[in-house]
Amino acid sequence: MSHTHYLTDAQADAFGRELDAIRDEIKASLGESDAAYIRRMIRIQRGLDIGGRALLFAGVLPPAWLAGTAMLSIAKILENMEVGHNVMHAQWDWMKDPKIHSTTWEWDTACPSDQWKHSHNYMHHTYTNVVGMDRDVGYGILRMSPQQPWRPWNLGQPVYNALLAGLFQYGVALHDVEFERVLEGKKTWRDAWARLKAIGRKTGRQTLKDYVLFPLLAGPFFLYVFSGNLVANFVRNLWAYTIIFCGHFPSGSHTFSAASVENESRGRWYLRQLLGSCNIKGGKVFHILSGNLSHQIEHHLFPDLPSNRYAEIAPRVQALCEQYGLPYNTGSLARQFGTTTWRVLRLSLPGGQSLEPQLA
Amino acid sequence: MADDRLPAATLNSARWLQRAAGALTWPLNPSDYLGALFADTAGGNAVVERIGHPTPDAVTLTLRVPRGFPRHRAGQFVRLGVDIDGVRHSRCYSIASAPERDDGCIEITAKAIAGGRVSAHLNELLRVGARLQIDAPAGDFVLPEWLPERLLFITAGSGITPVMGMLRSLDARGTVPEVTLVHAAPDAASMIYGDELAAFAARHPQVTLHRVYTRAQGRFDVSQLDAVCEGWAGCETWACGPDALLQQLEDHWQQAGIGARLHTERFRPRVPQAGDATAARVQFLRSARVVDGRGDQPVLDLAELNGLSPAHGCRMGICHGCTATLKSGCVRDLRNGKTFDEEGDLVQICVCAPIGDVEIDL
Ligand SMILES: Cc1cc2nc3c(=O)[nH]c(=O)nc-3n(C[C@H](O)[C@H](O)[C@H](O)COP(=O)(O)OP(=O)(O)OC[C@H]3O[C@@H](n4cnc5c(N)ncnc54)[C@H](O)[C@@H]3O)c2cc1C
Ligand code: FES
Repeated sequence: MSHTHYLTDAQADAFGRELDAIRDEIKASLGESDAAYIRRMIRIQRGLDIGGRALLFAGVLPPAWLAGTAMLSIAKILENMEVGHNVMHAQWDWMKDPKIHSTTWEWDTACPSDQWKHSHNYMHHTYTNVVGMDRDVGYGILRMSPQQPWRPWNLGQPVYNALLAGLFQYGVALHDVEFERVLEGKKTWRDAWARLKAIGRKTGRQTLKDYVLFPLLAGPFFLYVFSGNLVANFVRNLWAYTIIFCGHFPSGSHTFSAASVENESRGRWYLRQLLGSCNIKGGKVFHILSGNLSHQIEHHLFPDLPSNRYAEIAPRVQALCEQYGLPYNTGSLARQFGTTTWRVLRLSLPGGQSLEPQLA
Repeated sequence: MADDRLPAATLNSARWLQRAAGALTWPLNPSDYLGALFADTAGGNAVVERIGHPTPDAVTLTLRVPRGFPRHRAGQFVRLGVDIDGVRHSRCYSIASAPERDDGCIEITAKAIAGGRVSAHLNELLRVGARLQIDAPAGDFVLPEWLPERLLFITAGSGITPVMGMLRSLDARGTVPEVTLVHAAPDAASMIYGDELAAFAARHPQVTLHRVYTRAQGRFDVSQLDAVCEGWAGCETWACGPDALLQQLEDHWQQAGIGARLHTERFRPRVPQAGDATAARVQFLRSARVVDGRGDQPVLDLAELNGLSPAHGCRMGICHGCTATLKSGCVRDLRNGKTFDEEGDLVQICVCAPIGDVEIDL
């Protein structure tokens, strides 16, 4: 698929200029209330974290265990999504607060932040949905585009997919090691090993905290705290997997060939971000819990604009798409997740060309 | 400071506890959680205790510093981080209080600059109880360990602040040597610390104070040196004020062959001239490389053209993989013309081009 289909070069440039104007306007309007937003979010997240962990110490009582686990799950979701992901995107760098800054942030998950910033901010956001360049297209284990050749081991895809969902934080952590590129000889073992060691160190500290220290602190209630943390991490994994897979793979989303991004103009880059990203409809709380990745299109057009602004940008982007006759892929969580899961299942078998959007 | 007096065992267990708490809050610090629970410490680590206006266009702030804040040397400054409209701006302010002050506070005085972002905020909008971020004191505009016999201070406007810190320190230590102080301001009403200086001179007969009111008397310059301080060449001299004055003094001391006896402090950052293809020069500090370029070339390109290979990603300003710290000078974001000129600004070198002389920590 090439994204030259929708717009002429001149149209793409004009489209890009309109988006640039939105970006500049929002950037110029950032101020005190935005700063207050992220600081409040961080306080809420830390409060939930403390409250959840405290309740888990009383985990012998089932309601306390349930409430504690729920609070900790939400805290971990907020920490990874609305706070961590977005801070590391440099969305809040404009505040120049070194404590809320992309260069200093470390998040509560197995993946070391510097590796994440490379694999995600650079590789994924620059080469979004370009088969062979954006490793989020299947994470090197799933066939997510009909443009990827089918191999017999793709038959096991439904199983790998379920494992990836449950163990998502470890899948993300191993992302930047790029095993298949090492096997292809495009990357050295030494480089991969250095990354693995960093991941090992980080995972070690995470494991120590959630599965050893906090449970030990609870003394006789070791198991309640241990199981609460296990469930919270699992819930966060499932949620993150769901939101992230819905960002680029629901029906109607485009994937691209490497050739189509050579000498790509800024306007075409915008266009590709639009065509490769999908939004999820929902209420305010849902948007926050998704880290505003429910506004995946806006996030991909403007990855470093603060997430609290995506909601107000969305109708403007949608209107622009209408004006230029471009698709704007949005739908309910059920629709987006359903069609994404269908794609995983369908592409475990050969073929699947019909999944590519039909051009009018 | 207080730590020295604790027994080793207590210290050890305190350290052990700290590490255990750190493992529980990893990847954050315990203090990050305490901040979330008990107080909104987001604005910074220092609290404004008192606000005074010594003159109509200056503000004196008494700041409560965090426990364990390093003691400054008289004459040093702190970098102050001030949140304005959600953005933290950093500016340097000399500490006007003596290091001997022991109530956990320091004092700074900021003069309102026309069109100045931070100084106007401090003067007009700051309230008691507000939080500011301060970093450890720095600077080598200080008194030496061994005091010379005769000291000369020449200051103008807000340039009195570091010298005030020195004088208060000498006073607190009870070792005031022979001092001549020349302090200039437009008139008596706008002279910062004028009354305190007069009282200081009155208490110490070995101190000679010359208050210069420039509106009536004209500017102070080197031609008046002999009149205010006979044998000035034999004095160790500290000067702080506008660039023109300091430049003149430096030339004068240099010509007299005693350049090393004059210590100066400048408040004013170099002013960049904006321009497109005008010549620019970038110093890459860590790799000790100086590169000549133009104001329309991204710093990343300049670095690569000259054999450096800074980390980067997209080269189009979206991934922030190329972010580097600006140490001095000014750069311009080629996408929107926005300029960055504060020390410590984090700039995307793939889309930022230099204006004039720039230092980058790379
Ligand atoms: C080591 C050091 C110590 C300092 N100590 C003090 C102090 O004790 N008290 C104090 O008031 N200031 C002090 N300053 C200056 C202070 O850091 C700020 O530069 C000053 O307050 C102006 O900041 P602003 O944000 O208000 O102005 P900005 O918004 O940064 O600048 C606005 C305009 O004013 C110009 N400008 C900047 N500084 C000055 C100046 N000093 N005089 C005239 N024009 C200027 C700028 O070029 C610009 O055009 C010190 C600076 C340094 C480097
Ligand atoms: S290289 Fe990606 S922002 Fe500069």
